[in-house]
Amino acid sequence: MNLEILDYAFMQRALLAAVLVGITAPAVGIYLVQRRQALLGDGIGHVAMTGVGLGFLLSWSPVWMATAVSVVGAILMELIRWYGKTRGDIALAMLFYGGMAGGVMFINLAPGRSNANLTSYLFGSLSTVSEEDVTAICLLAAFVVLVTVGLRRQLFAVSQDEEFARVTGLPVRALNLLTAVTAAVTVTVAMRVVGLLLVSALMVVPVAAAQQLSRSFAATFAIAVAIGVSVTIGGTVTSYYQDVPPGATIVLLTIGVFILLTALATPLARRRARAAAQAAAQEAGDPAECAIPATRTPTGKVGV
Amino acid sequence: MKDGGTRYEPGASPVISLRGVTAELGSRPVLRGIDLTVNRGEVVALLGANGSGKSTAVRTVIGQVPVTSGEIELFGTPRRRFRDWSRVGYVPQRTTAAGGVPATVTEVVSSGRLSRARFGVLRRADREAVQRAIALVGLADRAKDSVNALSGGQHQRVLIARALAAGPELLIMDEPMAGVDLASQEVLAETLREQVAQGASVLLVLHELGPLEPLINRAVVLRDGCVMHDGPPPQALGQHALPGHDHVHPHAAHDAEPIRTGLLS
Repeated sequence: MNLEILDYAFMQRALLAAVLVGITAPAVGIYLVQRRQALLGDGIGHVAMTGVGLGFLLSWSPVWMATAVSVVGAILMELIRWYGKTRGDIALAMLFYGGMAGGVMFINLAPGRSNANLTSYLFGSLSTVSEEDVTAICLLAAFVVLVTVGLRRQLFAVSQDEEFARVTGLPVRALNLLTAVTAAVTVTVAMRVVGLLLVSALMVVPVAAAQQLSRSFAATFAIAVAIGVSVTIGGTVTSYYQDVPPGATIVLLTIGVFILLTALATPLARRRARAAAQAAAQEAGDPAECAIPATRTPTGKVGV
Repeated sequence: MKDGGTRYEPGASPVISLRGVTAELGSRPVLRGIDLTVNRGEVVALLGANGSGKSTAVRTVIGQVPVTSGEIELFGTPRRRFRDWSRVGYVPQRTTAAGGVPATVTEVVSSGRLSRARFGVLRRADREAVQRAIALVGLADRAKDSVNALSGGQHQRVLIARALAAGPELLIMDEPMAGVDLASQEVLAETLREQVAQGASVLLVLHELGPLEPLINRAVVLRDGCVMHDGPPPQALGQHALPGHDHVHPHAAHDAEPIRTGLLS
């Protein structure tokens, strides 16, 4: 394997960022998919554009500005979910498109800047990942991993059944806000590599692909992160050699993995159903001993 | 307890107490000042037609629906200051235990143990309690299966195991028998009987008394957000005579195919 790619400092930075994005995006995305808010990441991505625009206008770091604005946007969305019962979707739509319009507006007001700069944030760009960007991405990714792994039982409970979680004494509202804030932080982590418009794909599609194979939440989490890291590294390397945009490459690769796993999962599901039917037929015997090993074998093979 | 366990000491301290509770959904009044008490060791059924406010009443108790006036106490503590949630097991009204991502029976039931686990760390005793709760509802052989692979009645059994995982003294169940096949109904009735025999108090929202009838000490009937009846279960009249009974029967007939149970009410 030719590793000359690692001789370039910008590629080292890009690959590091890519790995972090591959870990964090599915790690947050799994909770969004679990609570059936798969498109929340997309909304936050739109809001983050205003942050990028403001960063250019005020000559501050667009990454930190985008983080601040998208965290505020995520909290607003969560508040709308609590209080706005009837017109919640309309309020969210205004937040999304207001955020996008704000980004375009601020960028154009910024002295000596053009929409070309915005494009690198919208669709991702490897060569422009700076030293400070990498520092910011590392810090933010550490926060995301800490939350999504450290609080996995609490976040699982709240995302699975909010009403029940309340009765276990969990601080449901605080955990919902934390999920939204973590998603917002992930959007800005991923922004430089896949771009704001495609970031949601990396949150949702690896989780959807992993679900084709897994039966447990833990396995889904592990497989989704493995897929995330594989496609971000694969996409970054491909984009270096073939001169194609990294964000688009990564997203298309992810969708490819999804299609592949779905195709693989169909015979797997059939085999599982057959094993279950056999176990049911032998119910007079000992179903506990027949059912579990028979259904466990296929996952063992495909588990990453 | 073979004879149905109808024993409770009148005058014992209440575990749930609602006084003059009113609540609104949107701006529509749903509860118009209800009083409801569940004493220690008592099994109380909350009955009424769809829209009579029974689910809302239960959801005010757990704090999911805010009250506009009135008082709610759990174990003698005002609900706002109540923190001892491991004493309460809750079974929400659900047709499924699944979320948007696959999860095993063990993973879902483990959530119910979080009220006893400090910082969400499950120790060995906690894991054993989770497996015991799963065994109680007869799903030990499915513990590692995805909940997506279960039937409707088995979903309900998972939800009840989740409520039992913390070893609660009070069980609050919202329509636990809705869409449950006969085999699961029997498992659930037996599980509940054991809990009551061990001294648990139970508040049950039911559409009809059904197979749980012998367990129930007292019935409270709601209509349009008001208490219409509070006393012995209306056995003589039969549940069909309840106000507003609309003859929906989510349970399969005794001779029906078990496959039908996947169709949830």
